[in-house]
Amino acid sequence: MKRCAVILTLIALAATRAQATGEIDTGPLLETLRTVKAKGEGNRAAREAWKQLAAAEATQLTEILAGMKDAGRLGENWIRAVVETIVQRELQRGTELPLDDLESFLVDIQQPARARRLAYEILALLDDNAEARLISGLINDPSLELRRDAITLALHDAEQQEKAGKRELAIETYWRAFHASRHLDQIKTTSQKLRALKQSVNLPIHMGFLTRWKVIGSFDNTDENGFDRAYPPEKKVDFTASHEGKLEQVRWIDHITTDDYGIVDLNVIFERPKTGDSYGLTDKHKGAIAYACAEYLSDQIRDVDLRLGSINANKIWLNGELLTANEVYHAGMEVDQYVVKGRMMPGKNTIMLKLAQNERSEKWAQRWQFQLRVCDELGTAVLSEADRKP
Amino acid sequence: MKYKANGTFLAMLAVILCGADWLQFRGRNGAGASRDAAPPIKWDDSTNIAWRVELPGRAASSPIVVKGRVVVTSSSGANQDRLHVLCFEVASGDEIWSRQFWATGRTFTHPFSAVAAPTPVSDGERIFAFYSSNDLVCLDLNGNLQWYRGLTFDYPKSGSDVGLASSPTVIGDTVVVQIESQGDSFAAGFNTENGETRWRIPRHQGPNWTSPIGMPVTHQGRHVVILQSSQGVTGHDARNGKELWHLEMPCATTPSAAVSRNRIYLPSDGLTVLDYPPEATTPSLYWQSNQLKPSPASPLVAGGRVYTVNSAGVLRCGDASDGSRLWQLRIGGRYWSTPVIAGSRIFCVNEDGVAKVVQLGDKGTIVATNKFDEPIKGSPALADGALYVRSDSYLWKIARP
Repeated sequence: MKRCAVILTLIALAATRAQATGEIDTGPLLETLRTVKAKGEGNRAAREAWKQLAAAEATQLTEILAGMKDAGRLGENWIRAVVETIVQRELQRGTELPLDDLESFLVDIQQPARARRLAYEILALLDDNAEARLISGLINDPSLELRRDAITLALHDAEQQEKAGKRELAIETYWRAFHASRHLDQIKTTSQKLRALKQSVNLPIHMGFLTRWKVIGSFDNTDENGFDRAYPPEKKVDFTASHEGKLEQVRWIDHITTDDYGIVDLNVIFERPKTGDSYGLTDKHKGAIAYACAEYLSDQIRDVDLRLGSINANKIWLNGELLTANEVYHAGMEVDQYVVKGRMMPGKNTIMLKLAQNERSEKWAQRWQFQLRVCDELGTAVLSEADRKP
Repeated sequence: MKYKANGTFLAMLAVILCGADWLQFRGRNGAGASRDAAPPIKWDDSTNIAWRVELPGRAASSPIVVKGRVVVTSSSGANQDRLHVLCFEVASGDEIWSRQFWATGRTFTHPFSAVAAPTPVSDGERIFAFYSSNDLVCLDLNGNLQWYRGLTFDYPKSGSDVGLASSPTVIGDTVVVQIESQGDSFAAGFNTENGETRWRIPRHQGPNWTSPIGMPVTHQGRHVVILQSSQGVTGHDARNGKELWHLEMPCATTPSAAVSRNRIYLPSDGLTVLDYPPEATTPSLYWQSNQLKPSPASPLVAGGRVYTVNSAGVLRCGDASDGSRLWQLRIGGRYWSTPVIAGSRIFCVNEDGVAKVVQLGDKGTIVATNKFDEPIKGSPALADGALYVRSDSYLWKIARP
């Protein structure tokens, strides 16, 4: 409450200054928007600050955009709404916007990525040539949205080059687009184009999918009771050990996936002959749990994203530390479905997954699969030393 | 500019005269009906399409109409992580304002659905836009941001990768959301004025796309919100979330209940109707019918009759007093979009964008078939004598010149 009173006092002071000078002192107001937190904390003060910021002159747009630095996703949205409101008002008034300032802001990669994207959107609103003039140079931009537009342009260029019979030039352009691609749809498009031109594309390396696994299973998950039960691999990872499984003694098995997107199909690995009614309608394991381990070699301490896709309930450990647990069965499987932060240590790191299959008999409930990649925040692969080229 | 001013004036006048805003999914009480509305039954490129505006992104949400404005939501971008709220002038279709936000939660959905699947709701002064990413945005009618809740920050395990679709509702001064999946599931009420959490109650962890709905009359001075799931139906005090009653009757998880003054029309065991007069502490069974099962569209109630469309594309009409089936009519197609009733006609829009208009009476008669030539998942809105339809790429106003 005391903090709220201080913030409201600062906002009132900013308002007083605004009346006196004709300009808005954006600093404390932006700070109020940046400090909005989870569970609605800071919303009241933010609304008051927002009102004053939205009254700012167009000349202060870049100053407000710069306020997105360290704003967090909630603060970014508050600031975005300020900028959109000012732009809408000024366009209705017929006021000229500071396009040169916005363009300078856009090309300054030290500015917040989302703010730069918004600056571009304002420019594109008023300048039909903005895309052609500004975007193509941003193909490796830290803003994924700007980068995406640049890749779209590059793809268009490559297609034109291909149509014109300039095969080598087209290949070069497609490669440039592929290397820059971080969104899955563009990775798929560019890789397909390259393969159609007889180019060898390694998607797991581009995306950072782990392909070499040791897997063990199955353990019991009847009535979904195994998800929170710590089977031996959770207590100690010993690749030479055998353990009592659901049906038999089980051992770690080496598995290398050749799937473009690193998918490991546990049903295939643990394929069993049909056993009558023992497993319902199919020969797949039902009510079962598997563990999968991968080694990752790092030459330094490095914070990374571990991005898992799995249609089954799952847990992820890194070097014995549980990073996430998701008890969700058959609600879709997507690349980057579960994203967690982890810290790789110099030398060997061990990533372990727990993949739980339930006993539903419907056709859509039969998959038992996962895919995992290691990358940075932008989705750029952070490869294990074992996967790096010498 | 003069034309716009006149257009605005006329639009406002029309709203005042009709008093017929459409503030939420399926309009007032979720009944999906407007007694006074009489949109044209036939339209094509040259007739009765007052305007059509192109929309960014895609959505399964419905339009709402509030004080001369039509409001829609969309989601766009490579990962559907750009959330849109767009506001258009009723008279002209001119954009009054639009706002965009970056989603703060999960944006995976089934390809058929969208992050903008829940329909926004208004209390007449504000707009509450909710998305499958658990972003809940409050704007005033001029597009000024009032508050923003990223509920995934608060409850990181909530959400579903096939997408959520439950639409929020406003009851009294509380906006209520229902977030149910295999993850962290809950219903919550937020202060409409400042977005502060009034209450949050845990809910069954299982897929559920149904929407909360408020009873139109108070019960012992309380506004009551109805929540359904596969585990049953519950009534809660909308101000504090306190459970007032719980009936263990498994309910459908896609079509939502409709309510009238004293009744709850619940997609459960076919269709089950509960009697819930203001003086009652708990609803009681009024009737149940296996012959009026709605799926996936929600039931409609108007003029003493109840209407449902089943998964085979058969429109059924029942007597609201006893559940007896009066007639049925094959209209064809699959209906994710709950139909709407305007006066004596029902407008049914299937997923392929084919709109069948059925004259209601002792039997149902198809009187017109119109084509939008666009996929449609959201329910239409009725207001100002017009039908508003959101297709994948456009917002349409169907009205006489």
